[in-house]
Amino acid sequence: MFSVLTDNWDLFGQGFWTTIKLFLISGVLSLVIGTLLGTFRVSPVPALRGVGTGYVNVLRNTPLTLVFAFLVFGAPKMSIELPSFFWSAVVALTIYTSAFICEVVRSGINTVPPGQTEAGRAVGMSFVQVLTVIVLPQAFRVVVPPLMSVLIALLKNTTIAAGFSVAEAGAIPAAMSERGENQLLTLTWIAIGFLILIVPLMFLQRWAERRTAVA
Amino acid sequence: MSALYDVPGPRAKIRNRTLNVVVLLLVAGAVAWVIYRLNATGQFESRRWVQFQYTAIQNQLLDGLLATLKAAGLAAVLALVFGSVFAAARISDHKWVRTPATFVVELFRAVPLLILMFFFYYGSLQFQLGLTPFWAVVLGLTLYNGSVLAEIFRAGIAAVPKGQREASYALGLRKNQVVRLVLLPQAISAMLPAIVSQLVVLLKDTALGFIITYPELLYVGKQMGGRLNYGFPYIPTYIVIAIIYIGLCSLLSVLARYLEGRSRRRRKVTGAPPTSAAESATSAEAPL
Repeated sequence: MFSVLTDNWDLFGQGFWTTIKLFLISGVLSLVIGTLLGTFRVSPVPALRGVGTGYVNVLRNTPLTLVFAFLVFGAPKMSIELPSFFWSAVVALTIYTSAFICEVVRSGINTVPPGQTEAGRAVGMSFVQVLTVIVLPQAFRVVVPPLMSVLIALLKNTTIAAGFSVAEAGAIPAAMSERGENQLLTLTWIAIGFLILIVPLMFLQRWAERRTAVA
Repeated sequence: MSALYDVPGPRAKIRNRTLNVVVLLLVAGAVAWVIYRLNATGQFESRRWVQFQYTAIQNQLLDGLLATLKAAGLAAVLALVFGSVFAAARISDHKWVRTPATFVVELFRAVPLLILMFFFYYGSLQFQLGLTPFWAVVLGLTLYNGSVLAEIFRAGIAAVPKGQREASYALGLRKNQVVRLVLLPQAISAMLPAIVSQLVVLLKDTALGFIITYPELLYVGKQMGGRLNYGFPYIPTYIVIAIIYIGLCSLLSVLARYLEGRSRRRRKVTGAPPTSAAESATSAEAPL
């Protein structure tokens, strides 16, 4: 049972390292883009609100696998070449996850009591000031638990890259079958690997949930 | 009107209007660029679209759609059953029922869905269980979404105001009766939007079947896009398929929003306090 893992450290190490890289890069990118889209959706400019709403409605109703397929098989046909499959995966995961982060941020903004923003406006702050100084800091505290759910989902979603020639953890079974290893044991180790990555995040999330529930 | 900004004065009005025009121009520019790019690479050429006129091809698309709906439908039913059983086990008074149920639910929520599908797919090959990719997709979806639904059910029941439970116990009802007669009817209306949203997730996730060669809609699309005779019409095919998926999921999303609005209106009428846990389950649940 252990030999499957110890004989193939190279594959497992490289696979999970790629998974972690995918997770970190697309996580940061989607947090930035998602937050920006979230502020679009509450802005006083109708066109910006339209952009945010349209983006969210389209992406949330599209399977991530389709986004991947479009970027990997479709984009080259439009002569849009990304440097590698890895970056196609980053772009696909970012485009998709941003829509969910946008929704979480928007619902967080809605939880900030109106008195807070009214006070900000009363002392003469602009929309951008109210948003960045008063609303977002408070909203972020509330949205930490749901945000972490989205990020956990992102971590699990990185496996889809395996179907599109990215050698991350989900692609290990295919490589292992070439080496003639037992598929089920391979999968068990991958599952354990993901548990090791995800369970601490789940505990962190629950802890954050309890903290914000008290406040 | 949001509380975030004032009713715009003359200067703010001009600024907003200018920004509006700028954003519209940017969007129009982006759309124009995409169309230009599509046109420049010949995506609008008739030979790339002609195959959609053939009945055989349309039937192929339809078969893919049916395969998607079949897997999603069966998995939805099984996941609802799985979710109810495990939610009931998780609120059990007996520790020996509660602990394993919690373990199972947490386990299947933490393992990526694709890996679950791989387990059934490769496991069937190794032990010659004769599970087709269809069953790998359905069982994977059932375990993952069933676990998520179990959490939604549990949160929904926990969110019913405490007094309801206390009053029922005071009347001498047994736990089974309290849950069945008092808690569930109230919880279900609060949970419905979350349940429907999870079913949207389930429907979208059937597209993972593509990776384990289940011939669902996206798989069919890959085949159609790869045809040399029609100049590799990947882009037209994915456009068609995206429209189908977005249409289907939007219909379900609209239903979820309608149910949410209805339960909110009803709550206002009856004056019951908002069920925050169920709502946080809606927004917080992991979208795969």
